[in-house]
Amino acid sequence: MNLPATLHYTKDHEWIRVEGDVAYVGITDHAQKELGDIVYVDIDTLDKEVAQHDVFGTVEAVKTVSDLFSPITGTVLEVNAKLADSPETVNSDPYGDGWMVKISIAKPEELEELLSAETYGELVGV
Amino acid sequence: MTVSLKTVTLNDTHRKLGAKMVPFAGYDMPVRYSSDLDEHHTVRRAVGIFDVSHMGEFRVRGPQALDLIQRVTSNDASKLTDGKAQYSCLPNNDGGIVDDLLVYKLADEDYLLVVNASNIEKDWNWIQQHNTQGVEMEDISDRTSLFAVQGPKAIAALQPLTDVDLASIPYYSFVQGTFAGAPDVIISATGYTGAGGFELYIPNEYAAAVWDKIMIAGQAHGIKPIGLGARDTLRLEMGFALYGNDIDDTTSPLEAGLGWITKFTKDFTNAENLKKQKEAGVNKKLVAFVMDGQGIPRGHYELVDAEGQKIGDVTSGTQSPSLSKGIGMGYVKTEFAAPGTQIFVQIRGKNLPATVNKLPLTKGAEV
Repeated sequence: MNLPATLHYTKDHEWIRVEGDVAYVGITDHAQKELGDIVYVDIDTLDKEVAQHDVFGTVEAVKTVSDLFSPITGTVLEVNAKLADSPETVNSDPYGDGWMVKISIAKPEELEELLSAETYGELVGV
Repeated sequence: MTVSLKTVTLNDTHRKLGAKMVPFAGYDMPVRYSSDLDEHHTVRRAVGIFDVSHMGEFRVRGPQALDLIQRVTSNDASKLTDGKAQYSCLPNNDGGIVDDLLVYKLADEDYLLVVNASNIEKDWNWIQQHNTQGVEMEDISDRTSLFAVQGPKAIAALQPLTDVDLASIPYYSFVQGTFAGAPDVIISATGYTGAGGFELYIPNEYAAAVWDKIMIAGQAHGIKPIGLGARDTLRLEMGFALYGNDIDDTTSPLEAGLGWITKFTKDFTNAENLKKQKEAGVNKKLVAFVMDGQGIPRGHYELVDAEGQKIGDVTSGTQSPSLSKGIGMGYVKTEFAAPGTQIFVQIRGKNLPATVNKLPLTKGAEV
């Protein structure tokens, strides 16, 4: 399973990549595989503040719909526009072009609670 | 609590093919091998093979076999001739449906009932309860495998495996013959996809060999194994009801649009009440609909009118791989049931427009 060591992870199968005082958030390779073909990413929290563990959007696969939970508290600064036309990018490149939101880091201490690649890998059984 | 799942004969085969396995109707079943979309398109455009061995099969035999079937099912099984199959349902006494099923006439006094996996025990007990004349019933579910080979290339893929002329088997007819070395296979021109093809009833001991031979024979036609995920998107595009979602113990066959298999020319369970319901008209109807724009309906979402008043509930929904739009089925108040009627699906607090459609939902679409 693809689990980059440079990312942080959550029990809800999101990843987060910190770049200075902002972070990129997406769903893990394991999550995209479990969901199957992703056909719609619905995020209506642009410019809104979300608290850690809040729902910031939903991801729709052919067969299922799943909420997206914010790994940290912050403001949603950007939504990946590419996903509107190509939601399948989440399947093909979950840690790269398949990112979902860029979010400001309001409480850096929350990053400490996130899971390492190793811990997340154990959680999902790899 | 650990629930032990039953397995189909080819469980290992599906695992080796990389299938994602899920519990379904008490069985450990392949839901997806590669991609729901790819598997769906494979069936619509070429040919796919489904292992649906979880389905239940009852053999019903004896002089009173037809009488028993006539009393418990809603369709008229006396119309069946040898080699014909019929879609039917088992009405209950309370206005609902015990199960939907296929009735095969193998010969005089010899029938096969094919029921949903989740209802095997319930159906068995229900039919036995009505079996007052000593009809011989046998549950052969655990020794019967069922493969559905579906798609426009199904005949081309399967013909090399049998002397039976597949192209000459009309829809809802079957032939019993040797298939891929297995004797007495029921080769049935039926299916749950609308893509054409066959369902093959095979004794378990031949299942693995038959599967392998089909995979090899189908290779040139692009055959792929197909999971339950694509089975669901395929049947939803056709508007075929799924027991447990769209029909159940509380839904009337008339509400479910199954009036065409509810024949009041004979007597059967609850016929009198259903006849009254037919004459009075139903208050709600099962419809299929397509989203006008974005949004994917899912089971239990609410259906509302233009004013936001509740008119019903979604019973099944998905993204249609053929239409690239959300589609669904659900019960609506009868006044909203006509094709062309605008309805709205409540999705995450928004009322998104959809239109009630004729079946199949893919009509006129490039698949």
